[in-house]
Amino acid sequence: MSDVLKIVDLHVSINDKPILRGVNLEMTRGETHALMGPNGSGKSTLGLVIMGHPNYEVTSGQILLNGEDVTEMEPNERARAGLFMAFQRPVAIPGVRMADFLRHATTNVRNPDRKEGEDLIPMREFRKEIKDNMKQLQMDSEFARRYVNDGFSGGEMKRAEILQLAMLQPKFAILDETDSGLDADAVRLASQSINEIGHNKMGLLIITHHDKLLEHNPPNFTHVILGGKIVETGGKELAIELHEKGYERIRNEYPEAAKVNDEEEVAV
Amino acid sequence: MKQHKIAARSHNHAFSQNTMTTITENKMVAFNDEGFRQLLDSLNEPQWLTELRESAWATFNDLPWPNNQDEEWMRTDIRMFKLEKFAFKAGSTSEGLPKLVLGEGVDLAGSVSSIDGYPVAATELAQEYKDKGVIFGTIADCIEEHGDLIKKYLFQSVDPNFDRFSALHAAMFSGGVFLYVPRNVILDKPVHVSSQVTDGGSDLRHTLIVLEDGAEATVLAESNSAADTNGMHCGGIELFVADRANLRYVNLQDWGQKVWHFAHQKAVVGRDSNLQWTVGALGSRLAKVNQHVALRGDRANVQVNGAMFTENKQHLSYHTLQHHEKPACTSDFLYKSALQDTSRTVWRGMIKVDVDAQQTDGYQRNDNLLLSDKARADSIPGLEIEADDVACTHGSTSGRVDEELIFYAQCRGYTRKEAIRAVVTGFFQQVFDRITIESVREALALAIARRVRDYE
Repeated sequence: MSDVLKIVDLHVSINDKPILRGVNLEMTRGETHALMGPNGSGKSTLGLVIMGHPNYEVTSGQILLNGEDVTEMEPNERARAGLFMAFQRPVAIPGVRMADFLRHATTNVRNPDRKEGEDLIPMREFRKEIKDNMKQLQMDSEFARRYVNDGFSGGEMKRAEILQLAMLQPKFAILDETDSGLDADAVRLASQSINEIGHNKMGLLIITHHDKLLEHNPPNFTHVILGGKIVETGGKELAIELHEKGYERIRNEYPEAAKVNDEEEVAV
Repeated sequence: MKQHKIAARSHNHAFSQNTMTTITENKMVAFNDEGFRQLLDSLNEPQWLTELRESAWATFNDLPWPNNQDEEWMRTDIRMFKLEKFAFKAGSTSEGLPKLVLGEGVDLAGSVSSIDGYPVAATELAQEYKDKGVIFGTIADCIEEHGDLIKKYLFQSVDPNFDRFSALHAAMFSGGVFLYVPRNVILDKPVHVSSQVTDGGSDLRHTLIVLEDGAEATVLAESNSAADTNGMHCGGIELFVADRANLRYVNLQDWGQKVWHFAHQKAVVGRDSNLQWTVGALGSRLAKVNQHVALRGDRANVQVNGAMFTENKQHLSYHTLQHHEKPACTSDFLYKSALQDTSRTVWRGMIKVDVDAQQTDGYQRNDNLLLSDKARADSIPGLEIEADDVACTHGSTSGRVDEELIFYAQCRGYTRKEAIRAVVTGFFQQVFDRITIESVREALALAIARRVRDYE
């Protein structure tokens, strides 16, 4: 049976201020979903909440991974259960080398029951794997020796996120603007890589403003989020429409959500 | 190399015969007039050294303990320190003492270990180095044969009259080490010096290292004691690095957290010489250290690295001085501290540039990572510049572990504790990157990683 990630009537607040107002979403592993919406609509928030960011409070609703509610789980438990997020702006961890960071991460995710201090995956095996993946992403091998995201260019950061996606092989991955801040060639490379790594294998929730990423990874479903709520779900054609025409129609059809969204945007 | 194990009670050993005999009979020597006399009687030192000790003892008796009226001690409270609780103890064994780490897996040229200020074991300097004129051993052992040489340097950089601790140290120092490397001789393997204390014991070792012109050496020094025992260190370090010489000096302080640590440490470096001085400070209840580097020859180059990790109620206080006396010298100073629980660090650093020291390149930086709300790091950089053509930079940062970093690592499967540990290790990496000796890097990294707990 395929893995299922199901979000049920999810309400989320930050500092007592509601930010998601009843999100429903169901994904089956192997499907690609596009999550679209104007600024301040709650796209990134949804991703962060799925991963368990401590600043957000789930006030009601559930996030079910194969029927099990993960809302009380620590982010690391969720990661080990098969959830992943490629961050829009990943933070730098100075002094920690990419290779060391990823070896530890890969070990933990592949051995969800691993206790702290237990053996890491063998160096040889890990090296080969990371090397192969870096080659596919056209990354210099020097990259593994650099500190995590420290002094990375925008493009390097995004590629580093995709590298982690490739190494960790999650069941479900949220890709938060993994194509933003890149030049055309880099967008194509990122899009192709994501296709090779995840398309049809993982459940992908793609947050994007561009069409390249979705061209290479055509969504089975497109969700439009506005004012903290998914207001419309369609197929690939909905994504194409929004790319071409923007959110005018959506705003008009869902004036209440649009109003909430505009207030949010001012607040942000 | 020959391994000498020396039983403290034995009269038949190569080490510190004079010191050991009387002290052993008396068992304990207190830090008072009687104890001072006992110590002098037990030593068979040249007249000049006896006079030096007597003069320092007079200073000790004249001076009050420093208190919070003294600028250097404003933040460091030693009212609970009672000297009478401590004494020289002879005959202690290594039972119950922690393992020594810096010599692990290192091919050493020689080593000296002491417990409670008395030598207990040593690996004699390899003959090939002796043949080249290298001298290595305790000061007590070397004084008879090399008294004139020692006289030339002993307490010529550290001032016995600086404060009551330096006076006590000069008057009653015992144990420690003398390393002398003659002109153009390269000691291509490190020497290892360790000192440990047992409950109520004292360590007043003096370290005297002299590198003549063009000489090279690496010294790995470490100290530790059991976690729950009392002790006192009142030490002195003097490093003389002559023209074109290269010295790497590592000092790892890992006392138990009931040990008081007072130290005066000074290096004098000559023309075109290099000194890399690495300090790892993990232990002690309270530490007050004066670390001073005098750049006394043109184009001298000094790098000072420090890694501190404090926890519980530990208090570590460092006063550092990079004194540029001559032109075109470089000093590069980096201290990094991580603080847990209610621990506290104080760093007051100064770059002093004399009027002649044009083209000085001076740098000092102190970064503090606070692992609890109750930890506190005082960081006070300073510049005192009299020359007009210099480049001096300083900076300090203090902050908590960024929660976003922890979340990010957690999203990659790290537990919160693993994430914090990674961030803390990463914080120190910049210092580790500068440490060229693997055993030192590993020992420090391991000790630090072991200490990181979850934090509130």
